[in-house]
Amino acid sequence: MSTFWSVWISVITLAVIFGCTWLLLATRKSQPHQETTEETLGHAFDGIEEYDNPLPKWWFQMFLGTVIFGVLYLIAYPGLGSFPGLLGWTQEGQWETEMAHAEENYAPVFAKYASLSIEEMQSEENASGLKMGQRMFANNCSVCHGTSATGAHGFPNLTDTDWLYGGKPATIKHSITEGRMGGMPPWGAVLGEDGVRDMASYVLSLSGKEADADAVARAKPQFQALCTACHTADGTGMHALGAPNLTDDIWLYGGTFEKVAHTIRTGRNGVMPAHKNILSEDKIHLISAYVYSLSNK
Amino acid sequence: MIKHETIEKNIGLMILLIILVISGGGLAEIVPLMFQSATTKPIDGLRTYTALELEGRDIYIREGCNVCHSQMIRPFRAETERYGQYNTANEGVWEHPFLWGSKRTGPDLARVGERYSDDWHRAHLYNPRDVVPESKMPSYPWLFTDKLSGKDTAKKMEVLKSMGVPFTAEQIAGAQDAVAGKNEIDAVVAYLQSLGKLHDNYNSKR
Repeated sequence: MSTFWSVWISVITLAVIFGCTWLLLATRKSQPHQETTEETLGHAFDGIEEYDNPLPKWWFQMFLGTVIFGVLYLIAYPGLGSFPGLLGWTQEGQWETEMAHAEENYAPVFAKYASLSIEEMQSEENASGLKMGQRMFANNCSVCHGTSATGAHGFPNLTDTDWLYGGKPATIKHSITEGRMGGMPPWGAVLGEDGVRDMASYVLSLSGKEADADAVARAKPQFQALCTACHTADGTGMHALGAPNLTDDIWLYGGTFEKVAHTIRTGRNGVMPAHKNILSEDKIHLISAYVYSLSNK
Repeated sequence: MIKHETIEKNIGLMILLIILVISGGGLAEIVPLMFQSATTKPIDGLRTYTALELEGRDIYIREGCNVCHSQMIRPFRAETERYGQYNTANEGVWEHPFLWGSKRTGPDLARVGERYSDDWHRAHLYNPRDVVPESKMPSYPWLFTDKLSGKDTAKKMEVLKSMGVPFTAEQIAGAQDAVAGKNEIDAVVAYLQSLGKLHDNYNSKR
């Protein structure tokens, strides 16, 4: 801040404080506070007149109190231009102190759990680590995956053993750290509307759902030609690509005929954002351990 | 000594004295900020909104999102742990009007960009309870059917440019084509994904 603005702020601030004080003292009536008079200020409006009494003592003293508080505040804290205040307080400084205090308290806890593997974290004595993971999951992951991690339409359930990318500790950690992009291309233009509906029947039949046998027969060669690169020949999917298993009757985007047909027709783009720039490694470790615990009780 | 009466019976003098009294705070607290580099110089590498993001921002204002969502992370650990690096004034130099907000019924959105997928935002804005069952946020289904014409987009950019936002001639020329025919939801999602991502000076890792 330049000297000019520093002086500008200081002068106005002090002028306002001392101006108010002067006004208070200059207009003070000298009679003792308990003594009221019948004297009025001499003007009347609609028959309303104003007594000419002194300020109540408590009010007067409180005003002086605020002035004294204000002056002391400006000495202790930054307020008068670039004068930093005798306490040296800053917003950033306060935040840094808070962070340093937290680091001191929590760093050893994080370090302890960081040295354990995700499997080791599952034991009884590390329950409080999993609890920490659960809290961080609630803050960072529950928005998509739900507070109980059971997912939502388009966002996978993490409590079952059906994994798009695999449920090993390292894979879970990788999914959180690097994120995932699950792209299924749209097949509407390739298959045509009839082809899409036949394919939906076939896909439902893989999970043992009732489906029109003719449609299934028509779609089977198409599935073998177009879908097996990701979903494999028997439809059980592939973790490397995040291609879902179609045979287990678990549906990320809904398992009704119309929903499945829609998925085939327009494709899907499931995105799990990368968290490497959002959460520290130690936190990702604890969240991974919690997610792993959900399906490995 | 000036009499009570002198002031009370001279409305002009009274106005003058009232202005004098109430301007003290503004002159000391607001006016200097208009001349400080910390509040007037944009942070390094700050980019302007794209045409689509700008339209999204206007829809954000129209729907009153700023009434329940702040865009101001304060320097407290409780906030930086949840939302990331606290905000600084030089991030909002090109915000007209700024959307810092003063109340959080929902979470702060200052750094929500790239936090969730586009699909999540779409599902959430269509009906928040589809993805967050506990949510009390209203649904915004009309965003999915209402289309943008883009006829005012270039004009908006010109007005903002006159206020110091450095939109380029190409941006303004291409503004209408960039938004025309898009659904409002596309604009809102583009805007939300840009929040906190208009520069990369801060490491928001926590």
